[in-house]
Amino acid sequence: MHDILLLLRRLRSLCIKELLIIFKDPANRLVLIVPVVIQSFIFGYAATYDLNYVPYVVCDQSRSTLSRDLVARLDGSQKFSRQATLESTAEAEEWIYDGRALLAVQIGSDFADRILSGRNANVQIILDGRNSTTASIAQGYVSQIVEAWNSGLGHKSPVTIDVRAWFNPQLETRWNIMPGMLASLSIIQIMLLAALSVAREREQGTFDQMLVTPLSPWEILIGKAIPPVVVGLAQAALVLLVCLFWFDIPFAGSYVDLFVALGVFTLSCAGLGLCVSAISLNMQQALVYCFVTLLPMVLLSGLATPVSSMPEAMQIATYANPLRFALVCVRSVYLEGGTLSDIAPNFIPMLAVAAVTLPLAGWLFRNRLS
Amino acid sequence: MTTERTNAAGQPVHSLTDRTSLVVSAHDAGKIFREKKTSVTALCSLSLDVPAGSMTAFVGPDGAGKTTFLRMICGLLAPTSGTLLVLGLNVADHAAEIQSRISYMPQRFGLYEDLSVMENMNLYADLHGIPGPARKERFARLLDMTDLARFTARPAGKLSGGMKQKLALACTLVRSPELLLLDEPSVGVDPLSRRELWAIITKMVQEEHLSVIVSTAYMDEAERCDNVVVMHEGSILAQGSPEELRKLTQGLCHATSVPVGMKARHLQAWLLDQPSLIMDAVPEGSHVRFVLPPEHGRNGIPQELISPCSGNIHLKVEDCTGVTPRLEDSFMFLLRHRQASAESSGAEEKILSPSQDTTIPDALPDVKTAPFSPRTEDGQQNSKEAVIEVRDLVRKFGSFTAVASTSFSVYRGEVFGLLGPNGAGKTTTFRMLCGLLPATSGYLRVAGENLRTAAAQARTRVGYVSQKFSLYGNLSVLENLHFFGGVYGIGPFALRRRIREVLEEFDLTGHEHDISGAMPGGFKQRLSMAVGMLHKPEILFLDEPTSGIDPLARRVFWRRITTLSDEGTTIIITTHFMEEAEYCDRMLIQDAGQVLALGTPDDVRRQGGSAPTMEEAFIHIVESSRAARAAAKEGA
Amino acid sequence: MNGFLRRLGALTVKELRQISRDPSSIMIGLVLPIILILIFGYGLSLDVKNVPMAVVMEHDTPLVRDLLSGLNGSAYFSPRHASSMHEAEELLRKREVDAILRTGSDFDSRFMKGDAKVQLILHGVDSTTATLIGQYTSALLSLRVQTNLDRQGLSADSGKGTGSAVVQSRMWFNEAADSTWYLVPGLIVIIMTLVGAFLTALIMAREWERGTLEALFVSPVGRTEILLSKIIPYFLLGMAGLLLCLAAARWLFAVPLRGSLTIFLLSSSLYLVVSLGMGLAISSVTRSQFLSCQIALVVSFLPAVILSGFLFDLRSVPLAARIVGNILPATYYMEMLKTLFLAGNNPVILLRDAAALLVYAVLFMGVAIRFTRKNLD
Repeated sequence: MHDILLLLRRLRSLCIKELLIIFKDPANRLVLIVPVVIQSFIFGYAATYDLNYVPYVVCDQSRSTLSRDLVARLDGSQKFSRQATLESTAEAEEWIYDGRALLAVQIGSDFADRILSGRNANVQIILDGRNSTTASIAQGYVSQIVEAWNSGLGHKSPVTIDVRAWFNPQLETRWNIMPGMLASLSIIQIMLLAALSVAREREQGTFDQMLVTPLSPWEILIGKAIPPVVVGLAQAALVLLVCLFWFDIPFAGSYVDLFVALGVFTLSCAGLGLCVSAISLNMQQALVYCFVTLLPMVLLSGLATPVSSMPEAMQIATYANPLRFALVCVRSVYLEGGTLSDIAPNFIPMLAVAAVTLPLAGWLFRNRLS
Repeated sequence: MTTERTNAAGQPVHSLTDRTSLVVSAHDAGKIFREKKTSVTALCSLSLDVPAGSMTAFVGPDGAGKTTFLRMICGLLAPTSGTLLVLGLNVADHAAEIQSRISYMPQRFGLYEDLSVMENMNLYADLHGIPGPARKERFARLLDMTDLARFTARPAGKLSGGMKQKLALACTLVRSPELLLLDEPSVGVDPLSRRELWAIITKMVQEEHLSVIVSTAYMDEAERCDNVVVMHEGSILAQGSPEELRKLTQGLCHATSVPVGMKARHLQAWLLDQPSLIMDAVPEGSHVRFVLPPEHGRNGIPQELISPCSGNIHLKVEDCTGVTPRLEDSFMFLLRHRQASAESSGAEEKILSPSQDTTIPDALPDVKTAPFSPRTEDGQQNSKEAVIEVRDLVRKFGSFTAVASTSFSVYRGEVFGLLGPNGAGKTTTFRMLCGLLPATSGYLRVAGENLRTAAAQARTRVGYVSQKFSLYGNLSVLENLHFFGGVYGIGPFALRRRIREVLEEFDLTGHEHDISGAMPGGFKQRLSMAVGMLHKPEILFLDEPTSGIDPLARRVFWRRITTLSDEGTTIIITTHFMEEAEYCDRMLIQDAGQVLALGTPDDVRRQGGSAPTMEEAFIHIVESSRAARAAAKEGA
Repeated sequence: MNGFLRRLGALTVKELRQISRDPSSIMIGLVLPIILILIFGYGLSLDVKNVPMAVVMEHDTPLVRDLLSGLNGSAYFSPRHASSMHEAEELLRKREVDAILRTGSDFDSRFMKGDAKVQLILHGVDSTTATLIGQYTSALLSLRVQTNLDRQGLSADSGKGTGSAVVQSRMWFNEAADSTWYLVPGLIVIIMTLVGAFLTALIMAREWERGTLEALFVSPVGRTEILLSKIIPYFLLGMAGLLLCLAAARWLFAVPLRGSLTIFLLSSSLYLVVSLGMGLAISSVTRSQFLSCQIALVVSFLPAVILSGFLFDLRSVPLAARIVGNILPATYYMEMLKTLFLAGNNPVILLRDAAALLVYAVLFMGVAIRFTRKNLD
């Protein structure tokens, strides 16, 4: 009993000290809060594959009622914005080439004749493929509009597709990215804090002072892991607030489940960070190693591009990436209303990472010194 | 070369000196650092002339403004008031030209640790544009003087502290500057390397007629200079030749032999505890040297010391002899005098009492101890209980043997010194004792346990104060104490009480909320001690605690150590100030991992060819062992 | 001048030696680019391929099979049959499939009447994939319907009544709509930003922190030399990374370089100078490694990924974010690279962007020189 009391007392002092070191410096405080908030706004607005502004040019050689009607349909949609009406295809090509228009619509001179004579008429579109994803989406929009126009002519296809999307009815990228930010933004700070915490103490000589106290390596490890986890969870909460109250993304699951998942996730990140910290000799190395591990983790997490479209080998490699599973958990809880039992299988890889990295870091603390 | 003298009281005697023959000429130069809200006066209207071709030493306690002034001279800081001429040029306008004509070795010299010795030297030679043949000749000379020729390919980061300083000096001296500035060049350097370092400087001055300005905490170094400037809190307290300054304490310095059965440090402590009668006391050889205040000292030893009204210690007139003053005596005299006048300007006319004024960082504070009643040596002999036992301790790094088969014991309540040149293996021994480094082989017990493998709880029995300040610099004094108290498992109420005690004991009351990293060095050192003592350890490990600290602060430090040891704390200490070995009960001298000497200061002095000072004894012992080893190598 | 070159040479050699001995510089300069090349080239893809899809045919008829046969042949989908809607929904919920395609039991009869319905349920969490799945499915389906109608002689294109408009699209610059083609140029921007801003900020801050600059300051070395001696080695390191990426783009991923190689190298040098200047400016203002790293991350790296138009099209972004994007030098370099790689030498774009980068280069270098004064005040 007495031992446990002593243990708790030591841990308490250690955690208080770690948090004080992080928060005492006003520059540090700023660095921990401001960028996260700014980034969640910027990402919320900018990280979107949704295309709602398509600058385009028209080269209507048909100059018929029909062609004008078709173009009017394009203009009528919220997304298309006509930049110019041109005489020749060559001119249109120039607009694309200079990046002033994302697509050019070219309607041949026989367009009306062909339609009226009951034949099919081509509508040529030229897309700027420099960003092929955007171009594909724009192409889809045009097809939809032309399809609708066709049915207006009485060519109703015998089959209509009734599309419904679960969990994200408007298929907004923001709904996908922002919950992902809960985990992705905090992992950066957790890793940096954890990685710097030991490296800094080592560089400043305070680590020796700590090693001669009755703290065991385990206690140091726990003391070093808790503050980054707390900071990470606090940052996640900050991003959550932005998601909920600024971007109005509806929350489908339970907050408890969300934070349980984030807790497991942050623990594994802290383990990774502490390992990096224990390996590096100074702060500079810690920062660099941290960065070198962070970048692939974020890229291969499924944050911006789905894991399922990665090659098989890479998909297997991502099992070591806690962020991948954290994203699955967060999105599941946030958007799909997943419960703990739904997301529990994702905990296994994350816990496995924590179970490897934390003891490794603990061992490295004591044995790297000499 | 005529050197312009100044009167000892302080102000420069302005004569018809040609301005250009002055390498530095400051007139009311001041420097105020402005932070957001506060402004700190680092230098207040300083006036000083440094003649060309001379060696000038800046001495003074921590925070006196030595480094600031040196940085101003080399144009790294601009004076906020007054004028400062260097080599006849105004620093504010001609920084670039001055910088290309002078050389400066900062306290923390920026050696590139991943570059080799040769690469570092070549870099500076290239920067200064030393042409090929001249460089070859110069390098050969520098490498010879610094004894680094064997290590030219070694990365600078892998050199010992002394070698690093020598390399830094070599880099600074790749060409002959018109003015050489050295900021505490010998901090953390062992006596041997220190002697070599000064041999280089002296040789350069003689051969190239360099003008040198050096700041130092070692009074013997200042004594080698032509001109000494004593600084205190940003102003000049006194300046003059060492001789002139020594005259201040002419006839006031005495030495007494230590009565049988008494320790020198106890006698010294008792003397220091009579602040109205004694300006300074320090153990030396088998004597204690002391300085009397002028108002008493002119008439010989005051009666109060010979027959005190209480206590069982007193001086015998027949034991005392007058000695010639040293610079350190005068330095102590000046600082104490300053301290006293700072106080007397307050209210009552009280001369040289222990300071209550905590704004003077290095004032002798009230050391909270009961009046002296030392146990006799016999009493301690009886209770000889080894708290540290080391037998055949070995530590190897790869094929390099850092500590070879070392054995010694330390008894309860002892003050045990661990001495040796840089790289001798004492830090390695120290770290093994503290459990920071595993031993390769051998038997090691501290308080009955091996701290490396024992339960963490065993570490509550030792305290550790490391060489450089290693507490959390951005936490306040109180936060640091709370943290360490907490990890030592002291309960909240007990901790609060204990913190109050140590704050008072180490004279930190009133500074609880100061940010520890921003405090002057003396405060940091006291805080480190406070942390080390917070949990009342049985054994206290101190790694070069007095490195770079001025004599006044060192007196205070050792006065505390004396008290702690009398309270039964065992103290293991490393130091580069050999005179401090006089405070130790016993000591160990190591070199190249081997034990060279082990015994009381008297034993060691005897072994060192009955040298009068510990420093000479130390150098003698180390050099003769090195010579023996070299001979053995040649024989084989 | 002679002295200037000699000192600069000495400092540069020193810096190169340090780079070669410091594992972390090599890590950022060479190892990280290789990792990123592999990830970007092989790992990241926004292309829809082999999407698992549950197909529920409540009434299995030849017509339905015929219409849905397009799915089987397509590289986009890997359909699997589900016996009931319940089972399919379970699969979707478990994310074993990304979409459900369902045809009703009365599909055939309604098809004859012309109002048959196909239900497509998408898992909307990966919204981009979902959007593309929706588009591809409807395109495939209408193609099959068209052929089916043709076979039955019911096609519109038969000279009777009115015809219909058919979209014929050409994707310029990236005919196969392969996302690697635009990710790789983006990667170059990221690597250049990393070496330039991030690494240089760290290295310079280290010199401030370790006090090595104090000794250098009191020597004939000028601040221009100090800064140039940082710029030259890291410029070389950045260029090495660039060539690595270029080689990978050319031979590993077969991304064409349609513009001129000279212009490509020139514009990359220009951007490298900009990002080096940014790194030096950041470190000379903060003089601390931790802060430099954080600031470099926030102001240079993250925006280079998010706001430069690398992944996300800046056109659809709200005005404020677009303005932030347009402030960033990375945006201009990104545009130049995409044009050079995929479109060719377009003087309008190249000149405009080069002018913008030049302004930034002057600005950042100015700040760096301004704050690297030879004093410690």
